[in-house]
Amino acid sequence: MNILVFVKHVPDTETRVKVAPDGLRLDLSEANWVMSPYDEYAVEEALKLKEKLGGEVTAITAGNEESVKTLRTALAMGADKAVLCADGAFEGGDAAGTARVLAAAARKIPFDLILAGKHGVGDDNQQVGSLAAQLLGIPAVTVVTGLEVNGQDLVCKREIEGGTEVVAATTPALITCQKGLNEPRYPSLKGIMAAKKKEVATWKAADLGLDPGSVGAAGAAFEVRKLELPPPRPAGKVLSGELPDQVKELVRLLREEAKAI
Amino acid sequence: MKVLIFAEQRGGKVKKASLEALSAGRQLADATSGSVAAVILGLGIGGQAPGLAKFGADAVYVGDDAIFEKYSADVYGLGVGKAAQVFGADVLLFAASAMGKDLAPRVAARLDIGLLSDVTSFTMDGAIPVFTRPIYSGKAFSTVAPKAGKPFAVSLRPNVFPAVEKAGSGQVVPLEHGASASDVKAVVKEILTAEGGLLDVAEANVIVSGGRGMKGPENFKILEDLAKEVGGAVGASRAAVDSGWIGHSHQVGQTGKVVSPALYFAFGISGAIQHLAGMSSSKVIVAVNKDPEAPIFKVATYGIVGDLFEVVPLLTQAVKDLKAKG
Repeated sequence: MNILVFVKHVPDTETRVKVAPDGLRLDLSEANWVMSPYDEYAVEEALKLKEKLGGEVTAITAGNEESVKTLRTALAMGADKAVLCADGAFEGGDAAGTARVLAAAARKIPFDLILAGKHGVGDDNQQVGSLAAQLLGIPAVTVVTGLEVNGQDLVCKREIEGGTEVVAATTPALITCQKGLNEPRYPSLKGIMAAKKKEVATWKAADLGLDPGSVGAAGAAFEVRKLELPPPRPAGKVLSGELPDQVKELVRLLREEAKAI
Repeated sequence: MKVLIFAEQRGGKVKKASLEALSAGRQLADATSGSVAAVILGLGIGGQAPGLAKFGADAVYVGDDAIFEKYSADVYGLGVGKAAQVFGADVLLFAASAMGKDLAPRVAARLDIGLLSDVTSFTMDGAIPVFTRPIYSGKAFSTVAPKAGKPFAVSLRPNVFPAVEKAGSGQVVPLEHGASASDVKAVVKEILTAEGGLLDVAEANVIVSGGRGMKGPENFKILEDLAKEVGGAVGASRAAVDSGWIGHSHQVGQTGKVVSPALYFAFGISGAIQHLAGMSSSKVIVAVNKDPEAPIFKVATYGIVGDLFEVVPLLTQAVKDLKAKG
């Protein structure tokens, strides 16, 4: 089974974001960049399937030169190959632009299954996997916490409100991965050394047959008016006195002041 | 603007989050002298149209067909895409629910239009709607406007927009969807309900969350008792989930669910930046923690420095007493 894994290079979840002086972008210069946490589940699942069924695992990202670090992480975990889709024309793109790039890359590599994180931490769109699947004409099953593969048949468990959906699909298909699917492995020292020798291809818009007008800022459907930090919350009240009295006071405040119960 | 809302139903009942989207759609249409339509897909759901008219739908496209009995993004995407074309929609609205988040991008790619996810507010700049959505799980907010002249889609975060009754003309239009069995590539076979049909944190108006201070899985029972009294859902911090005390579907925060309930209780949660990002847009926050220096107190509306194992049972009883008094 040949598997493609879509990964994204993102600021880690500890990051304290700042707005850049122009008010239209974030200043992430002090962030520590990592593979988006949900993509780790996708890489792990791909490696587990490869260990069971054979085939090749190729990690693909749409980003810039820096994103190669996340590809190296995927290779160090055990992926066989990696593709960096990077072009100045991709800058400022939205989820649809990213999906066009990744779908174009996927068309160049024969695959049975595509795995991706359920969303990329940061932009929080939760769109790219589903958009790419639609562009490729394959089904997508999203937010998956359990996956069984029997030949071409897939049985997926996906999280919904207050329960789990069991979804059946057949390959080729795209699956987005949620926490709970597996426990991602850490790259071993041997894996990290081996990753340095593995091939990373770099593809530009022209290599992917993409019209530069369809990707990046030019292809984006929306324009950013402003970025801002959330307004600070008004100062709260820390109660005092004997604990039973504090609880009584809390209930009174919730009922009379906040009107929340 | 012509606004089309996807009215999500489960078990024949339209979701509250879809009525919220419908109300938001009505507002958007009224601000632009437009009209509102809803599209509903399923089997035996024809009777839902009047309910949608009550919340503002001028037209309801009804796809009442066995092909829509079980959710499949493939054929639901076809159906919603068809309704958008027939209606001539300028804007498509979805609830950012599990189904909405799965379906909206499939429809957007099918129609080759842009999609904004998880929007929490909008205003009008003349005739142009301007939308705000959280990024980095709420560490920042992005305000964007659609580029002129092209339809677009938006998903709205549940529990943020009010569902307001405002009658629309509610003309029922059977949907000529053109979907057939060969279009179904992935389909829901079965739905496993969580134990006791518990309310999900993503849909709850009140959330009762526990963190590392809960000390073990057995202690979540006291939070369940309180949640039952206040009609809420049980949430958890990443520390509690990673310790295996409670399932990941309860996790609130940057690698869990981002929520904005009317009332959020944080018991034994210190307030790591990832957790704060996921819940600090709650309207009222109550924090109970032994450590007076815990960062959670910085976002709390009301705080109690003390032992949650003393506070929670007292609080549950006090709410019970309050309800008994009426």
